[in-house]
Amino acid sequence: MSATLAAVLLIGIFVLAAVLIWLGLGLARRAQKLEEPPPTGAPPEAPPAAGVDESSAVAAPPAPGLRDRLGKTRAVLARSLGALRGRRAIDDEAWDSVEEALLVADVGVSTTTRLVDELRARASAARADDPEQLVTLLRGQIVDDLSGVDRTLHHAPGGPTVWLFVGVNGTGKTTTIAKLARREIDDGRPALMAAADTFRAAAADQLAHWAERVGADVVRGQEGADPGSVVFDAVDAAGGRGAGVVLVDTAGRMHTKVNLMEELKKIRRIAERTPGALQEVLLVIDATTGQNGLAQARQFAEAVGVTGVVLTKIDGSAKGGIVLAIEADLGIPVKLIGIGEAPEDLVAFDPEEFAAALFA
Amino acid sequence: MFDVLSDRFDGIFKRLRGRGRLSDKDVDEVAREIRVALLEADVNVSVVKSFINRVKERARGAEVAKSLSPAQQVIKIVHEELMTTLGGETGKLTMSSKPPTVVMLAGLQGSGKTTAAGKLARHLVADGRKPLLVAADLQRPAAVEQLRALGKRIDVPVFSEPTDPVKVARGALKEADRTGRNVVILDTAGRLQIDDALMGELRRVRDKVGPHDTLLVVDAMTGQEAVNVAGAFDDAIGLDGVILTKIDGDARGGAALSVKEVVGKPILFAGTGEKLDDFEPFHPDRMASRILGMGDMLTLIEKAEAAFDEEEAVKAEKKLRKGQFTLEDFLDQMQQVRKMGPLQNLVGMMPGLPKEARDAEVDESQLGRIEAIIRSMTPEERRNPAVINGSRRLRIARGSGTSTQDVNGMLKQFKMVQQMMRSVAKGKMPRLPVPGR
Repeated sequence: MSATLAAVLLIGIFVLAAVLIWLGLGLARRAQKLEEPPPTGAPPEAPPAAGVDESSAVAAPPAPGLRDRLGKTRAVLARSLGALRGRRAIDDEAWDSVEEALLVADVGVSTTTRLVDELRARASAARADDPEQLVTLLRGQIVDDLSGVDRTLHHAPGGPTVWLFVGVNGTGKTTTIAKLARREIDDGRPALMAAADTFRAAAADQLAHWAERVGADVVRGQEGADPGSVVFDAVDAAGGRGAGVVLVDTAGRMHTKVNLMEELKKIRRIAERTPGALQEVLLVIDATTGQNGLAQARQFAEAVGVTGVVLTKIDGSAKGGIVLAIEADLGIPVKLIGIGEAPEDLVAFDPEEFAAALFA
Repeated sequence: MFDVLSDRFDGIFKRLRGRGRLSDKDVDEVAREIRVALLEADVNVSVVKSFINRVKERARGAEVAKSLSPAQQVIKIVHEELMTTLGGETGKLTMSSKPPTVVMLAGLQGSGKTTAAGKLARHLVADGRKPLLVAADLQRPAAVEQLRALGKRIDVPVFSEPTDPVKVARGALKEADRTGRNVVILDTAGRLQIDDALMGELRRVRDKVGPHDTLLVVDAMTGQEAVNVAGAFDDAIGLDGVILTKIDGDARGGAALSVKEVVGKPILFAGTGEKLDDFEPFHPDRMASRILGMGDMLTLIEKAEAAFDEEEAVKAEKKLRKGQFTLEDFLDQMQQVRKMGPLQNLVGMMPGLPKEARDAEVDESQLGRIEAIIRSMTPEERRNPAVINGSRRLRIARGSGTSTQDVNGMLKQFKMVQQMMRSVAKGKMPRLPVPGR
């Protein structure tokens, strides 16, 4: 590389740096000025859940035997907390094991710190002296944190319902849609899948395979086609065929890619063209995801107003603890969890079951 | 919330700067901060423990270099330890002396095996090899079609048959012999490491074809689970290396540290984006530097070299020497920089950027506004911004759909850049802020 080029490269980089600093400071200042509340799961443009007829909000069926299915998870966590069992008193090491168990579950440093601080208060209020009590108290605390939240999936009272599925690459959006389509069909609502992932090779084929397997209709475009047009066609077709629910599969995308997030906003706008149809924007998160899950949730919520989280692949030994942070920090409820490969392995998220399975 | 590892380290090292000797208490304090930083980056709890112990031991130990300040020394130690943990020979597969070389990819569902297979094949083609892609994922609907579509795009044949993975693998070896392909890339179905039946199947495939490279594909966003996954796959099939995928996001990639420590085998490649050529040898030194907030200058310069037009660069340089850097050149430079890729990616590589800038969600449309402002100026105004008075400012703001404050901010910014340029022109290198100096 010539010295000239090197100098000019440096200039380019400086210009970039200068621009960025300007943008960064400007944005930070503006944010301060407006004192905007932190983004929540339901920004203003989110679909109005309030207007929905109560009867149309369908509670997901209870999770059968989640505890059994999560047996392996429990075994792993029990190992971390097992250290507590042998202890006589609640000492520093006991607190260390509690903290470690939460960290290993991907709960994250700040949420863990908060939970442990609260647990300290609860433990002293309850005059707890047996380390095993900590587990019970912690469980209760997590259930408390997670309770009182609407976790139902909403249907449009009149016309077709649209549910939009978003997330980073490889979290299981397509599989989730297949499982959910099966459930809707079993409940007597015809399901239509919109293959709006026109980017990944054979993504539409994957969805079509599933559609055939679970008896749903599918609307697809050419590979590389405009995903918005697929969504438009699907909602249009749903109106015509009287389909109950349109499940929109979008391409996995990194939440940091501005152009791809813009594309997603456009997809949302198209889905909103039929007033009241768009009822859920579900963010699919893989249970193995670590702290980045929070950044994902934040960015997707900002872009398209996420109404709920689907936590997939919880059947491994991953705990999916990041959803605790997502609920606490962003107020986005977990609505469903995927606990296995079979179509019936997508169940409603139940805080009691979740906490029990984690800390049994 | 956007506390990234490098910000953490920035904070720690700022505090350490200007101190004399490191006391044991200092070391402990730094160790605590580093622990939190690593945990937030998804490094596994037990890996963090051993990492911290190594750093502490060395920081307290005898290695007191005379030329370094205590703060620099800690940075050096942490950096070296990160490199050691992440290190090993990267970017190279073990090639069999008797072709075909067999590469087997394994991992969890959704880690990016099929895409990695396609990218690896493309990488090998560019290296002059003749790969054969093998779709042994018969579980996921349309996985075979996906690989076929990828193969078609890069003009690499794809072999599969609707039998079972072991038979597919065996058939693939014959096919490679028959068609003279010298590397066989085996894409297997995603599976959970606790699924004994499927792990058994993977073992049978391995036994049948005896891969020269058994690679685990790991998502960079993986959390604490990374060590369990890596450990279980290593126990079951014996890993030779790792492909780290999806590092183009903002995950700190602590999984890389975790996996490397558990498996002890190098991270060979990294998937860096959506396109098939977004695939490169993993750079432990760069990763370590990035974690330490020293930026990723090497990658940045490589990207710049690819994006910048040499002729344009020479022209810009001449103007610069004459002190004639105008808003038009500013616009040109900005466009060049944008060619280097999404700004967010570049920001992460930039050394010494303040936390505010690194945290800012870089909205490319903001750059569009700057462009609009400059484009709304007359040629004279672009050459000599000093002539811009109140009424001109208003006109520019109106023309670009912005406010006069925006125009002012832009001009102020430009003045700063101009000053920097002048000092470059005079042969002075503007000070690059590097931690610990």
